[in-house]
Amino acid sequence: MGESQKGDLHLVALTKTFGAFTAVQPMDLTIPQGSFFALLGPSGCGKTTTLRMIAGLEAPSAGSIRIGEQDITATKAHQRNVNTVFQSYALFPHMTVLDNVMFGLKRRGDKDARRKALEALELVQLEGLGGRKPAQLSGGMQQRVALARALVNRPDVLLLDEPLGALDLKLRRQMQIELKRIQQEVGLTFIHVTHDQEEAMTMADTIAVMNQGVVEQIGDPATLYEQPRSTFVANFLGQSNLLRAKVVPGSPREGVALVRSHDADLEVAVDHLPQGASDVWLGVRPEKLRLGESGGPNRLRGTVRDVSFTGVAIQYIVRMPWGRELTVVQQNDGSARATLGEDVTVSWAAEHGFALDASQDADAGAMVEDDV
Amino acid sequence: MSEATATRVPASPLGTGTAATPARRNWVPYALLLPGLLWLTVFFVLPMITLGSQSLQEGNVDEGFVFTGNVGIYADAFSRYWPHMVRSLSYAGLATVLALLLGYPLAYFIAQKAGRWKNVVLVLVIAPFFTSFLIRTLAWKTILSDNWVVTQWAQQLGITDVLQAVGLTSTDSLLFSPFAVVMGLTYNFLPFMILPLYASLERLDPRLLEAAGDLYATPIQAFRRVTWPLSLPGVVAGTLLTFIPASGDFINARLLGNTQTTMIGSVIDSQFLRVLDYPLAAALSFVLLVVIVTLVALYVRKAGTEELL
Ligand SMILES: Nc1ncnc2c1ncn2[C@@H]1O[C@H](COP(=O)(O)OP(=O)(O)OP(=O)(O)O)[C@@H](O)[C@H]1O
Ligand SMILES: [Mg+2]
Repeated sequence: MGESQKGDLHLVALTKTFGAFTAVQPMDLTIPQGSFFALLGPSGCGKTTTLRMIAGLEAPSAGSIRIGEQDITATKAHQRNVNTVFQSYALFPHMTVLDNVMFGLKRRGDKDARRKALEALELVQLEGLGGRKPAQLSGGMQQRVALARALVNRPDVLLLDEPLGALDLKLRRQMQIELKRIQQEVGLTFIHVTHDQEEAMTMADTIAVMNQGVVEQIGDPATLYEQPRSTFVANFLGQSNLLRAKVVPGSPREGVALVRSHDADLEVAVDHLPQGASDVWLGVRPEKLRLGESGGPNRLRGTVRDVSFTGVAIQYIVRMPWGRELTVVQQNDGSARATLGEDVTVSWAAEHGFALDASQDADAGAMVEDDV
Repeated sequence: MSEATATRVPASPLGTGTAATPARRNWVPYALLLPGLLWLTVFFVLPMITLGSQSLQEGNVDEGFVFTGNVGIYADAFSRYWPHMVRSLSYAGLATVLALLLGYPLAYFIAQKAGRWKNVVLVLVIAPFFTSFLIRTLAWKTILSDNWVVTQWAQQLGITDVLQAVGLTSTDSLLFSPFAVVMGLTYNFLPFMILPLYASLERLDPRLLEAAGDLYATPIQAFRRVTWPLSLPGVVAGTLLTFIPASGDFINARLLGNTQTTMIGSVIDSQFLRVLDYPLAAALSFVLLVVIVTLVALYVRKAGTEELL
């Protein structure tokens, strides 16, 4: 984190309740100017509500919103230098593409509206289509018009509410790359809402993972993935194997702590262990586990219950003697494969594990993978 | 996550259909048109022809009418009754504007804000139709009568003076004046204004207004740039449905007006049924028709909604 800039967006204890239901719990967030920030979370966790409060389309129940030093909490949407790319695009059907893109500039009396709009259309690779009506464009093109219409105003903050949700996978990947390119080209602050963890990780500098109106963790994609701080984050971002363990006092080596799980002593890096915890979930990502003893000092024995070949990798389900099943993903690099029913050793290194407070539900966030 | 949305491109107008569709299917659309065409022929085209030929006849009821091709009747009808024509069109125009001013906010409210009360309010809008046109108009006679609160309030508030100044009334009563006629017309045709307005405002996506606000439009600008243009088809339909029958109406003028407020509908009515001058009545009907069609065509062109014609 560098020193704060005048265009940083600050959310201070921002809260939204609908009657008795709290959609967004008091939220504190600082989004640095020029960053690509992703708000990631399952359906209904309050992402859209948060964006709408920033855009001025929803009045916060409590808390405040600042851009730099300027408090914009009480201002109306049309007074804010914030633009939104709506999930539904919300293009004006009676206007041409060019008129749509010029809309914001014209409301501010920009003399150069036309030239700027044409430039924006070029930026989203829609040059020459300015004369069409939105209904004459494909979904992907409409999405880009919506982007151009917001971008062209060069807002302090650009909000994108699942803008790629309606696109098929191939187009979505393509648009992800394009969005990232455009963001780097124009250098605006992007807040991108998505429930697709892969999308968030490939695009964003910083991700905030939301669950039931609470930001569970904020960080860059690698940190979130390698060191999740809750079972929800561990399961929502990728897959995790979680083992119930007790912290053993003392330290076998410098920087390493010991936990005991089902009669096995397992090492975990000290800074991956929550302070003062005694009961933990010990988590390891499937691709960090090795079949055999080459993975590291942590070893567990089990039986292969399932082998599935996915091309680049092979996924094994290994059942522990106490019934828990671990997922192991091995690169398809030509090394020996295990067969169904074989007894195997699973191993991993101390720095590849992470420990989470045991009071949490081990399956939090796990189901959500299915609907992505 | 449908793939259809991503590949939704407008169908090419060229080269589709004909080859793939079996030729025998091509008569189906025409077959569907047939009942409507028959209906129009029997109840619209034939009466029009009869009316046209009647207008060119001469004679009287006792001795019978004979076709003489007397085109001069049109000039005669127009020169004698153009003040009634102008009066009808101005009353109808005024009533249409009033109905639009009253109906638009109401339709907007029903479509966008009424929530679960939507259907109730819609029924209330249509409710007056459950009683007869005549009864409703007679009710206005009571409402606007001199010894009723409306007139008394209007007098106290100085409204009657204003109305007199602009020529909508000539005394300080409200009844039997152009004002009363225009009020009756407005009231009677208001539902015809509201329903099409409602239909088009109902389809207005509120997210478009949010988008306009997000793009720096004040509420007034959002209305001007988004709501109004998107509701134009409803405005055009509503104004036509109000203006056209209002300009031919004669009940309101007869019940609520005076001898100076006779509308063209009244003239046609009395020429047909009392004076029994069929050729003149027919000619007047035709003139009214042509005038209205011309005005409507100009109007629709101006509103840019050519699909309506
Ligand atoms: N106007 C409203 N009135 C009542 N409840 C609302 C309202 N808007 C949102 N909610 C509730 O607030 C919660 C958060 O909604 P929100 O739209 O922010 O979710 P989201 O994270 O954007 O979900 P999705 O990924 O499905 O778009 C939901 O439980 C929703 O039902
Ligand atoms: Mg949402």
